[in-house]
Amino acid sequence: MDWFRKSKDGLVSQQKKEIPDGLWTKCKGCGEVIYSKILEEQLWVCPNCNYHFRINATKIISLLLDDGQLETYDDNLSSLDPLSFRDSKKYTDRIKASQQKTGMKDGLISGLGTIDGLPVSFAVMDFAFMGGSMGSVVGEKIARTIERAIEREIPLVIVSCSGGARMQEGILSLMQMAKTSALLAVLAKKKMPYISILTNPTTAGVMASYASLGDIIIAEPKALLGFAGPRVIQQTIGQDLPEGFQSSEFFMEHGFLDVISERKDLRRNLSLCLQYTYDKPVNG
Amino acid sequence: MIDGPYLEFEKPIMELQKKISDMKEFSRVEDIELDSEIKSMEGKLKKMQDSIFAKLTRWQRVQLARHPKRPYTLDYIDLITTDFVELHGDRCFADDNAMVGGFAKLDGRPVLILGQQKGRNTKSKLYRNFGMANPEGYRKALRLMQMASKFNRPIIILIDTPGAFPGIGAEERGQAESIARNLREMTNLEVPIIITIIGEGASGGALGIGLGDRVFMLENSWYSVISPEGCAAILWRDAAKAPDAAEALKLTAPDVDKLDLIDGIIPEPECGAHMDPSLAAEKLKKQILIALDELDPMTPEELILHRIEKYRKMGVYTT
Repeated sequence: MDWFRKSKDGLVSQQKKEIPDGLWTKCKGCGEVIYSKILEEQLWVCPNCNYHFRINATKIISLLLDDGQLETYDDNLSSLDPLSFRDSKKYTDRIKASQQKTGMKDGLISGLGTIDGLPVSFAVMDFAFMGGSMGSVVGEKIARTIERAIEREIPLVIVSCSGGARMQEGILSLMQMAKTSALLAVLAKKKMPYISILTNPTTAGVMASYASLGDIIIAEPKALLGFAGPRVIQQTIGQDLPEGFQSSEFFMEHGFLDVISERKDLRRNLSLCLQYTYDKPVNG
Repeated sequence: MIDGPYLEFEKPIMELQKKISDMKEFSRVEDIELDSEIKSMEGKLKKMQDSIFAKLTRWQRVQLARHPKRPYTLDYIDLITTDFVELHGDRCFADDNAMVGGFAKLDGRPVLILGQQKGRNTKSKLYRNFGMANPEGYRKALRLMQMASKFNRPIIILIDTPGAFPGIGAEERGQAESIARNLREMTNLEVPIIITIIGEGASGGALGIGLGDRVFMLENSWYSVISPEGCAAILWRDAAKAPDAAEALKLTAPDVDKLDLIDGIIPEPECGAHMDPSLAAEKLKKQILIALDELDPMTPEELILHRIEKYRKMGVYTT
């Protein structure tokens, strides 16, 4: 396709000088080219086919929290390289590159905020940081987010977006699944609600731990959800996968989701679920 | 154990063992005294074993953990317990033959014992789904563990799996949910949970029955976030790079012990558990009994609190 792109670039080259990059965005769902400003007004959902573009953690915070404000915690937690891991690149180089790309220390923002006045301990994953993968830092920040909900007796909200546990930290990443799930057992005993929100994609180690353990689980439409990746399943069973396999709709059909919510309704659905499960203390 | 399949790096040992056994047989049948020759060859064998096993690569350990003659869960149950009554089914969908469990007596004491089960020939491999459990396997395990907690019986878990099964049905029935739920619910069990990785400890499929008060690894087992093949396919884009991935993942018992994520390594008989399954079982049983003694005095509340603290500490990062 290189020849095609080149000639197209050539055609718009004069315009390109005057207008900022990313004025138009091509929809991954229907291929339609959309004016980015409109797309932004639509919360990055295609007006043509309802495809939900993946958005970063900061945008999720603006979307869901009162005044788009989160009092962040643990921002400086950063990965070490306990295995001295190296494949084609060093793990430390991958971390540095992701830090430069995203301006984050690791792939998760967490803290305290309110949603329609209700206090929440909140965390949101960012796929742009090594595929949202969970290593020690993401696991620790999730653990502290759960602990803040336990200590303050407030609801927990986690927005997941992750390919799973981070391979570069080996078994330490695996143990983050145990760590976060064990703390969720404590939160459940406190009878504090946990709303888990799943965005595209939420799979493997994250799906097989805290993402699946919400009292209420809400997903965006057509997100890829599951334990094993579709390619692995295809190779294992040696046949094509059915249409819509491992989508939010598939998960709903099989009984593993409470709500599929379009992005424009997500804040309202979350707010209602919090109201139905949590009474704010009178003096609080 | 000089018959049957062997690994490439075991070949010289097997050949020498065969020679020694032939010589012994010859000496017996022909009634010729060959003691000094046999003794010298046995010395040579010992040296050879030591030199091969002193510098095993991580990939060779993975191969040992997958050795076709390695004792499996039901072999250990048979060797370390008596009066095993296997209990079946998740009371929901099916009985998963890749996950076995039931009550048994360990030194006369009632315990629940469970784990993944692999098959040894084509037929039994298929029957056991290669030790890859479906959601109903994890749900059966949880049902049995919660029953053990209810009746105050300690839980002994043996882990040996190349992973939870990646299939269409597994996704339809919530593979991820079944593992996640087990992690949360195992936190709340009111009895001691003693876990040993006896072979392969692959990812969520292993951890799904792997949260407890003591975690041990057999000397030649492996435990990691992904199989070396899976890791190689993703990061090297070539599953044949599995030996490199095994090195990078630091997945052997000494590696995991060094990261302080397990409570100890259980030594195996010389050249691996498959060379002497009874001895391997004896060592396993000894460690389980020591752990039980340590955990017995603890109240359910203490067990749960310590269990949460144990996992709470896991992770390496800088603030």
